[in-house]
Amino acid sequence: MKLFEIRFHGRGGQGGVTGAKILARAAELEDKFFQAFAHYGAERRGAPVMAFTRIDNKPIRIHSYIYQPEAIVIFDETLLEIPSIQDGLREDTFVVVNTPRAPKDIKLKVKAKVSTVDATKIALDAGIVVAGIPVVNTIMLGAVARATNIVKIENVKQAIQKGLAGLPDKVIKTNVEAAQRAYDALVKGY
Amino acid sequence: MPKVVSVSGNHAAAWAARTAEPAVIAAYPITPQTTIVEKIADFVEGGELSSQYVRVESEHSAMAACIGASALGLRTFTATSSHGLALMHEMLHWAGRARLPIVMPVVNRAMGPPWNIWTDHTDSMSQRDTGWIQFYASNNQEVYDTVLMLFRLSEDPKVLLPSMVCLDAFILSHTFTPTTVYEHKEIRDFLPDYKAGHWKLDPKDPMATGNIAGPEYYYELSYAIHEGFEAARKLIPRVVREFEKHFGRSHGGFIDTSRCEDAEVILWAMGTMGEEATLAVENLRQQGIAAGSARLRVFRPFPVEQIQKLASKAKAFVVVDRSLSYGHTGGQATEIRSALYRGNNRIPVQGVVAGLGGRDVTQTDLEKLIQVGFDVADKGEAGPEIFYGLKR
Repeated sequence: MKLFEIRFHGRGGQGGVTGAKILARAAELEDKFFQAFAHYGAERRGAPVMAFTRIDNKPIRIHSYIYQPEAIVIFDETLLEIPSIQDGLREDTFVVVNTPRAPKDIKLKVKAKVSTVDATKIALDAGIVVAGIPVVNTIMLGAVARATNIVKIENVKQAIQKGLAGLPDKVIKTNVEAAQRAYDALVKGY
Repeated sequence: MPKVVSVSGNHAAAWAARTAEPAVIAAYPITPQTTIVEKIADFVEGGELSSQYVRVESEHSAMAACIGASALGLRTFTATSSHGLALMHEMLHWAGRARLPIVMPVVNRAMGPPWNIWTDHTDSMSQRDTGWIQFYASNNQEVYDTVLMLFRLSEDPKVLLPSMVCLDAFILSHTFTPTTVYEHKEIRDFLPDYKAGHWKLDPKDPMATGNIAGPEYYYELSYAIHEGFEAARKLIPRVVREFEKHFGRSHGGFIDTSRCEDAEVILWAMGTMGEEATLAVENLRQQGIAAGSARLRVFRPFPVEQIQKLASKAKAFVVVDRSLSYGHTGGQATEIRSALYRGNNRIPVQGVVAGLGGRDVTQTDLEKLIQVGFDVADKGEAGPEIFYGLKR
């Protein structure tokens, strides 16, 4: 396989960094090499934040930031108003957006492989809310598995269990089920 | 059995402490080192690590506590970064001059003001003359492995010097990757228990230390430290070999080279930039460009002969420093030029300062800098220092 790079855009509190790490764990379950990291800076609740996952079948020697991702995952569609969200976007880039809208309604500067899922609604229905913020990270990973095929949904679910270990069993189960719901509900525009 | 864990560079450092089982750990948290001490606290609290964990009120005190513990003949560990390292400065000299084999990961972070928590090597470069062995790591596995190698090296009776392994802030410290780790009993063949020899504070066998040594003795004691470094220079290849024999991994000796045997231009870089440089070299090689990269792993003792040897075949060096000695150049460039001037292969050395305060340096940037090296080789002389990516 070729190096696969994923850039997560979220807001502080939505669990972007944890999401990047859980996706890496899913890749680990498939015997892949990985990096999971964040763009550290002004982390505040609600502020735009970025996290990254790299996946490859050989050790990863690149350490600089991700400029040309294979997939861009957007936890909050209002972030689409920020032009830099589309940096490095190509026609073959997967763009997975948390929105109730259809992929054709997501206007980007390049016609990329857009897919959408209403992760916020899934989070609210399942009660995955922390400090008043619907936490969509695990849910979006279900959508990423379907949109990109970079990891299997079974491994995403197992990675969620490992990544959230220590939380009450009920919370973990809810997150696993919500990821599956997003996997099933994803609408592909390509 | 060894196991693969998904850890950050900081957690890899904490795991290495757990594996080496120091008797005493004293540390003070500072971003971006904090998760090292947090993880160690977890290990101690969970009963997975039996070290005595001494809480202190500053980095100066942390190093002072480590000095006290190490002087008792105990394996001792700490970790710090940036301003924390600077605050330790006085005690670093003390540990070096007292010949105490303390091992310390240093998360390389920029010095303020202005406040900046991102990576920059100026913090550890500023400690060059404190009598500490210095290694620089390029990935999390190397951080873990180097800690184990450094205990072995530092505690050797011919060496008896403290050592630091430097890792890039966030790029390693907070990036999660798969890393192979071991339990203490699995590494004891490679790293036996520390048994202090002659120099040990013991109430049953009292000795005085830290006395006045006038002009008639001080020079010889300083030279003895220099001899310790020379002993380390001899021992490093053996420790690397034995580590590889036990664990099946090597990260290179003093210098981790890539395609240098027939390279016309060699790019030098430390830490993560040095590992990414190997990708730049591979890409240029596919275009038929005779590039090589050399990642300086060991900064003290400084590998003069190895550098001279690499210069004997190449036409130019490009030395990329993530540090700046204001009014001169980067730490690595200064030293590499000095090494070459002691030999006959005085090829031009182009100094480059890049990536200060966490400014990203990409594979493409490194490829451009290698290309600059070919111009330098053609001209037969290096230009003024390049401040790469500087916005004016």
